[in-house]
Amino acid sequence: MDTILPIIAGAIFATGIYLLLRRSMILTIIGIILLSNSVNLALFTIGRISTENPPLIKAGSTEPLVPFANPLPQALILTAIVIGFGLLAFALALAYRSYRELGTVDQDELLRDAEDTSAAIVPKDENTKGGKA
Amino acid sequence: MNGLLVLPIAIPLFTATLALFFRKSSLLQRLIGVLGMVALLGSVLLLFRDVHNEGIQVLQLGNWAAPFGITLVADMLTMLMLGISAIMGVVVGIYSIYDIDRERERFGYYSLLHILLMGVNGSFLTGDIFNLYVWFEVMLIASFILLALGNSKNQLQGALKYVFINLFSSLVFLFGVAMLYGMTGTLNMADLALRLPEVENTGLVTTTAMIFMVSFGIKAAVFPLFFWLPASYHTPPVAISAIFGGLLTKVGVYALIRVFTLLFTQDTGYTHTILLWVGGFTMVIGVLGAASHMEFRKILSFHIVSQIGYMIMGLAFNTAMGIMGAIFYVLHNILAKSNLFLISGVAQRLLGTFELKKMGGLYRHYPVLAVLFLISAFALAGFPPLSGFWAKLSLVKAGLSIEQYVVTGVAILVGLLTLFSMTKIWLSAFWGKVPEDAPEDFGKTPLFGAGKLYILVIPVMIIAGLIIVIGLYAQPLLELCMTAAEQLVDPSDYIEAVLGPQ
Repeated sequence: MDTILPIIAGAIFATGIYLLLRRSMILTIIGIILLSNSVNLALFTIGRISTENPPLIKAGSTEPLVPFANPLPQALILTAIVIGFGLLAFALALAYRSYRELGTVDQDELLRDAEDTSAAIVPKDENTKGGKA
Repeated sequence: MNGLLVLPIAIPLFTATLALFFRKSSLLQRLIGVLGMVALLGSVLLLFRDVHNEGIQVLQLGNWAAPFGITLVADMLTMLMLGISAIMGVVVGIYSIYDIDRERERFGYYSLLHILLMGVNGSFLTGDIFNLYVWFEVMLIASFILLALGNSKNQLQGALKYVFINLFSSLVFLFGVAMLYGMTGTLNMADLALRLPEVENTGLVTTTAMIFMVSFGIKAAVFPLFFWLPASYHTPPVAISAIFGGLLTKVGVYALIRVFTLLFTQDTGYTHTILLWVGGFTMVIGVLGAASHMEFRKILSFHIVSQIGYMIMGLAFNTAMGIMGAIFYVLHNILAKSNLFLISGVAQRLLGTFELKKMGGLYRHYPVLAVLFLISAFALAGFPPLSGFWAKLSLVKAGLSIEQYVVTGVAILVGLLTLFSMTKIWLSAFWGKVPEDAPEDFGKTPLFGAGKLYILVIPVMIIAGLIIVIGLYAQPLLELCMTAAEQLVDPSDYIEAVLGPQ
């Protein structure tokens, strides 16, 4: 496992990079998903894989059975997965919104520079009136 | 153990939550938003007193002893960064009252601003490298939404570039964390500082250092990883541009300073030489990019890149003097840069555009604004007696003292080119003729009158005042920066504060 997992992680990473460089926004997002998974896998592998006792304390005892497996990498991965999930959900929503607004998923089209950026700013009226909406 | 350390994180969280309860009331949201920032500033000042009097303060969260739990550490660098971010929070909070429209307020603008600051403050305070990753993500998700909020075409385009590159940079960061954990079995930064020199495979340590350099380099927008910044920072409302341009890239710089003084000091001949080259190129390319643009905020965005180069250069010198200069430069630059963004917003309100070619007449009709611009622009270029002069002076001095003549020369030259871009803005927007298609009320709305423009101008005046005060009375701040730099160059105090006597 110690040799196979790093190779798999590397392969997934490479695939992710390839997809990231594609023009379609959807492929880019899939690329990010793959990258995220490969990094999690790398984190898991780097934490050393061992077949030892689970790091749990049995009822009535105060210490786990030694030697026990290192639980920390999994805690880290769990955090990273949750964070990655949130960010990806946002990226997907943004991609969908851009598609609706700009009518394409091709990034060459999407990112063509807009001319006058002032349009992004709200008009002058009604923005100092307080009170409820 | 000092419980105050948790306040710079807890206060923004509390304020953000509170503001969410009053989504429908603009008035209450604004009130909560600004008061929350003031409370944050107060808490930072209290903590600053402790750090100043008693040295590095530490809080072991959940009472788990280091290196097993998460540690919050406040040394002088942290405090200076926290202080400047709280000041920016107050100022941008006030500016937002006029600048941010009701629609964005309803969608939680103030909550997001506070969550952004929570992420920024958390990044400054944490003493755990994985926790730093988590705070970066908190900051990122808030910045993603702030950038995209409003859904205009420009903003979506800017946000797409920003989101993808930042997601990638976070993954690289996480991989670097994995490498560190694999080599040392610890994530506590003080503990890492002790264990990394013991790692036998020094090549792997240097590789990991480079992974961190790439990741933080993307966030700090250094050459050649900066392209996302000028492509996105000019798209959101000015208040958001200002806080992004002022603070977010500097968090990347802070992270670089932290890891390249505390963790990766084994092979400085390699890593810091690369940093030096990166710093030099960042300065030059950024300022040349600025010279080629004619849009107010794009020029400023390229200048962010250019100024980052100075900070990286100071770090690369790897002496107390150089790092002191870098820290001072960060503080000065946050003020000057954010202020220029804020001024660009006032100018846009008056003239209806950011395109320099369509601007003009500001000096004639709004001399106060012109003076405020001059102060910030000269500070940015490094004119005495403004804050930028002392920042550049200390960096140049640091460079000369270790005989880095070439890069120091480049730094001085880039200062001149900075002045050129600022002159360009001055010539067209301030001295130029009033454009024919200027809004009808141009020149008639007073800054301090019925139009309530003073809500925008007062924050600008506060920062301009700070720039002058720092310029004329630089010694206290220089001394604080020197304390911070000394703590960084010799991290034994930091390590002892976190882990106890060794």
